[in-house]
Amino acid sequence: MPIIEAYDLVKIYSSRSGTVHALAGLNLSVPEGRVEGLLGPNGAGKTTTVKVLNTLIKPDRGSARVDGIDVLADPQRVRRIIGASGQYAAVDENLTGLENLEMVGRLYHLGVRQSRRRAAELVEAFGLTAAGNRPVKGFSGGMRRRIDLAGALVNKPRILFLDEPTTGLDPRSRLGMWETISELVREGTTVLLTTQYLEEADALADHISVIDQGRVIAKGTADELKAQVGGHRVVVTLVDAADSGAAREVLARYGSAEPSGADGGRELEVAVQQGPVALQRVLADLEQQDIRLHDAGMRRPTLDDAFLTLTGHPADGADGTDRADEIDPDGRAKPTDHQDTPRRRETVV
Amino acid sequence: MSTLTDAPSSTPSPPPQQEVVGAFSTWLADGWTVTWRNLNKIKRSPDMLFFAVLQPIMFVLLFSQVYGGIIEIEGSDYTNFLMAGIFAQTVVFGSTFSGAAMAQDLKEGLIDRFRTLPMNPSAVLIGRTNSDLALNSISMVIMIATGFAVGWRFTNGFPSFLAGVGLLLLFSYAFSWVMTLLGMVVRTPETINNAAFMILFPLTFISNAFVPAASLPRPLEIFANWNPVSALVQSARDLFGNTPDGIVRDTFPIEHPIVTVFVGVAVILVVFVPLSIRQFARTSSR
Ligand SMILES: Nc1ncnc2c1ncn2[C@@H]1O[C@H](COP(=O)(O)OP(=O)(O)OP(=O)(O)O)[C@@H](O)[C@H]1O
Ligand SMILES: [Mg+2]
Repeated sequence: MPIIEAYDLVKIYSSRSGTVHALAGLNLSVPEGRVEGLLGPNGAGKTTTVKVLNTLIKPDRGSARVDGIDVLADPQRVRRIIGASGQYAAVDENLTGLENLEMVGRLYHLGVRQSRRRAAELVEAFGLTAAGNRPVKGFSGGMRRRIDLAGALVNKPRILFLDEPTTGLDPRSRLGMWETISELVREGTTVLLTTQYLEEADALADHISVIDQGRVIAKGTADELKAQVGGHRVVVTLVDAADSGAAREVLARYGSAEPSGADGGRELEVAVQQGPVALQRVLADLEQQDIRLHDAGMRRPTLDDAFLTLTGHPADGADGTDRADEIDPDGRAKPTDHQDTPRRRETVV
Repeated sequence: MSTLTDAPSSTPSPPPQQEVVGAFSTWLADGWTVTWRNLNKIKRSPDMLFFAVLQPIMFVLLFSQVYGGIIEIEGSDYTNFLMAGIFAQTVVFGSTFSGAAMAQDLKEGLIDRFRTLPMNPSAVLIGRTNSDLALNSISMVIMIATGFAVGWRFTNGFPSFLAGVGLLLLFSYAFSWVMTLLGMVVRTPETINNAAFMILFPLTFISNAFVPAASLPRPLEIFANWNPVSALVQSARDLFGNTPDGIVRDTFPIEHPIVTVFVGVAVILVVFVPLSIRQFARTSSR
């Protein structure tokens, strides 16, 4: 039996500016011990899904179970076995790191002494021992995040909900967070995490559900999702940007889709069916036309490509597009991490 | 890092006969934990303590020294007349803090944190109103001390004086529940403060707090006589023995101020406690 189940979840928000189907019939099923990644662009419904499952909001339709317990009928029992960390770190600025965790422990009814012990344990495990006795007010974003995550672990939950656990962290803290989550998983915790970073889903999740407009539009392992996109990508970097137009034509000749890359830019890319063959032909044609190259190669599709193909828009701004989709439909600009995720590119030639 | 998750907890449920007692004691414990957390905030943000301590001193000094010489109350000294009014005004305004703090917690996501814990949901609200009662009590003590310093005296005996103070705090406690609900509905601390001032200024000034209602223009006098704040002020003034002889009591609230305050408090609690609890159970940050 799956440990997390959601069936036909619908959540509609109405406001002056219109109606938003935050969830439009979302289904989810996560077996025990798995790390499930919910991947989707801003406004896809990731947070809403997590909030239904961690008892914060009631859906307008549908049902959900966590460890067999009906989330809508018996939220209090669900709360005893889950840990949850929201999209924005929820910590009390005026309490110290230790006091924050101690408070959570006491509200789990662990008793004062046990709560204190658990707080100390967690502060140490998260490398915050030195800062533990300082008010959170003076903590960096990454330190807050860690206290917040520690708060979700106070009761040693079997099921953990993490909403964008690494948003706003610098690359080093992000890696640290990944490590922590991986360790939890090794202990057998089931994790449902949301992310906008394909790389993160790729690194952490055993299984990914791609969400767009309140629905799961694709699911599978990272490899399966990449396979759905199929084929290879041929990538060339020109010496002279003036050749851009001509090179584009060459790529278009062998590609299974339009070549991508900025017009007049030096880096061009196209999806092809037969990678090695297409690469040879492209190179031959380019040479014939005296177009000089800095670099040429072939790579397997990344989750970025998969995402683009599945949703029709990029997952984040890493493609050099502007981040217009970072604005929610209701016009609220969102604080997001503007560091581009490092993109992997395997050049096989 | 086995410290993180080892021994997944399957919380054993307590035997049935203990359940009621257990629920009650966890409710008390949760309420206390949240109160403790809120009081810590008072301790750690000096600006708030500053507000709670200096503002009452300022009000008492300003009103008694500025208006004391001008306003003549027949049969009473103005400072004596004034003090119940200042006390009432300060504790009523003090309650707005509940709303702003609730909105702040919502904004910072702490309400979401609390709501994913297996705690008693009303404990957050109890903790909120409790700690604001504590804050108001601090203000109250400061005001009493300042009042003594500028020559205020209660003349009805110590037990009556205590009863007056208790009544003021009771009313402020009930009023915190109104503000708590407002905080969850309005959700922006700044808006709460502005809205509260818009409502509370007329409510406290068109009353008998600073001048006898009879000295107000007729329409305002009628409003003042039925204003619940007037009943509160009148109760405290009576209990302190500060009511001037010539005061007119021609409406029920002024004739029976203490009864009126008790009824008002009961009505507020009966309406706003359940409403707040219900709202809390469906409130989540955006
Ligand atoms: N409380 C709310 N009131 C009105 N609309 C809401 C509310 N919460 C969410 N929405 C809308 O529902 C949609 C889904 O929101 P949700 O927060 O689940 O998206 P998300 O996938 O978590 O996005 P993000 O990556 O920006 O966090 C969005 O269009 C959002 O504007
Ligand atoms: Mg979100």
